Amino acid sequence: MGLSRARLATVLGLLVLGGVSLLTGVAHLDPRQIFADPEALQLLMLSRLPRTMACLLTGAGLAVAGVIMQLMVRNRFVEPGTTGTAEAAMLGLLAVTLVAPGMAIFGKTMVSAVAALIGMGGFLLLTRNLPPEQPVLIPLVGLIYSGIIGAGTTFVAWQTDLMQYLGVWMNGEFSGVLAGRYELLWLAGVLGGVAWLAADQFSIVGLGRSASLNLGLNYNQVMALGVATVAIVTAMVVVTVGLLPFIGLVVPNIVSRLLGDNLRQTLPVVAGMGAGLVLLSDVIGRLVRYPYEIPAGTVFGVVGAIVFLWLLLGRGASLAR
Amino acid sequence: MIEVDRLSHSIGGSGILKDVTTSIPAGGITAIIGPNGAGKSTLLNLIARQSPIESGRITVDGLDVSTTDTRQLALKMAYVAQNTGVASRLRVAELVGFGRWPHCHGRPAQADREAVTEALALFSLDGLENRFLDELSGGQKQRAFIAMAHAQATDWLLLDEPLNNLDMFHARKLMRDLDTLARERNRSVVMVVHEINYACAWADHVIGMRDGRVVIEGPVEDVVTEAGMRTLYDLDARVTEIDGHRHVLHHV
Repeated sequence: MGLSRARLATVLGLLVLGGVSLLTGVAHLDPRQIFADPEALQLLMLSRLPRTMACLLTGAGLAVAGVIMQLMVRNRFVEPGTTGTAEAAMLGLLAVTLVAPGMAIFGKTMVSAVAALIGMGGFLLLTRNLPPEQPVLIPLVGLIYSGIIGAGTTFVAWQTDLMQYLGVWMNGEFSGVLAGRYELLWLAGVLGGVAWLAADQFSIVGLGRSASLNLGLNYNQVMALGVATVAIVTAMVVVTVGLLPFIGLVVPNIVSRLLGDNLRQTLPVVAGMGAGLVLLSDVIGRLVRYPYEIPAGTVFGVVGAIVFLWLLLGRGASLAR
Repeated sequence: MIEVDRLSHSIGGSGILKDVTTSIPAGGITAIIGPNGAGKSTLLNLIARQSPIESGRITVDGLDVSTTDTRQLALKMAYVAQNTGVASRLRVAELVGFGRWPHCHGRPAQADREAVTEALALFSLDGLENRFLDELSGGQKQRAFIAMAHAQATDWLLLDEPLNNLDMFHARKLMRDLDTLARERNRSVVMVVHEINYACAWADHVIGMRDGRVVIEGPVEDVVTEAGMRTLYDLDARVTEIDGHRHVLHHV
């Protein structure tokens, strides 16, 4: 599949999905009435549009964070949700909820981001000396590491009677999104844009430390930018809507199979596909047992796995060549 | 000229390089030879500023490797590691294009595109430019990385065992190409070589290392002798001349 075709498909897909999302929900919304009926406009501006944007920004942010992390670690099988970054973000959020429950949401997010930063730094240090010939070791270490942080978080939450919070943070879900309650996610989108400016640097980092130093790249600076981007995006998603696991794993892998790893060219497709898949999952979640809802994270677990298998084994594998 | 002055280096507590002082002349091909674990790759690594220098000093054409801006050094020398590792899914042309990064920082001009095309043609990669790296054979991948270093258009090319993964045809072709680069474009090539007969055939200068020290250096005629082979490798092998080339019969 060519790059321009992939980009066109992404844009068209997002437009269609966005339209469907705006019109899908328990309250009926007639597109012809939007400007005539103030209630319809209010529904659109306060609920449907924020929810749609939240899905798009979350998906784009998580997919971008995933691909950056994969290039930094030079391993296809990692993402913030499986390597301790998300768990560390939750631990930080839990801590600030306990210590300073009255803190503004932005402050809480920053505390959570710092925790995510430390968590990801720990993972990078832990995996730095693993033999590159054993690519499975890195995700394995990540799973154990995230398991340990997750266990600690659960323990604290259990002791302090905050278990239900953990449930919310771990299951990406958009039914609570209203205007005024999701805007932090825009910052995640901005960070994705910044990452695109440094796309070449991340691609070079993906070639390894040796090649980076040889080309005169400030390796440590690019790694720091990467860690900051991934940690902050992860923390924002955890705080506002809750984590959707596997987006950061599945989307970059699909795009890499189809289009390769030249981030300057593929990052818009990665972001678009992540956005589209999360939005699709949310729309499906709204429709499957209408008028009730299934969390987008749950739906994506199923949709994402099927798409991934199709790409690995089915028609997609030949399409990738 | 590359000058190495009283360089010592240790990895994990054991000394790899012990007080190495040597110089590599500009122009032509310099081969670094020696048994496994002699410190050849470490020496090349330190010249290419891949690790911080513990003690001693290295200068490349007068530029101190540990204090000169890394971007300036990227225009001075290009380095290809021995094990390029699990590469990401880049197309060959994209990889070679990254060799132009020190020149264009992501905004390629006409000259950069021409350099890439030329590097692809020189290393017989035309026709493969849209292939992904993971779809190449070991030898093709090796050539792609050397083409990337060539596209970097530096005075110095530092290659760590570039003949690994290459069959006889491509190994000879690579040596001929490097020779052409050295003669016609005034490039200086420094390479770690295991197969001594390639060093004999193509090197202008040979540095023989053993146990972290330079034990013998000079032109091929002075280094590759029966006494030299004994000093370097503890190897009793007949050294002979075939068609004017020094030849070590180390395999019989």
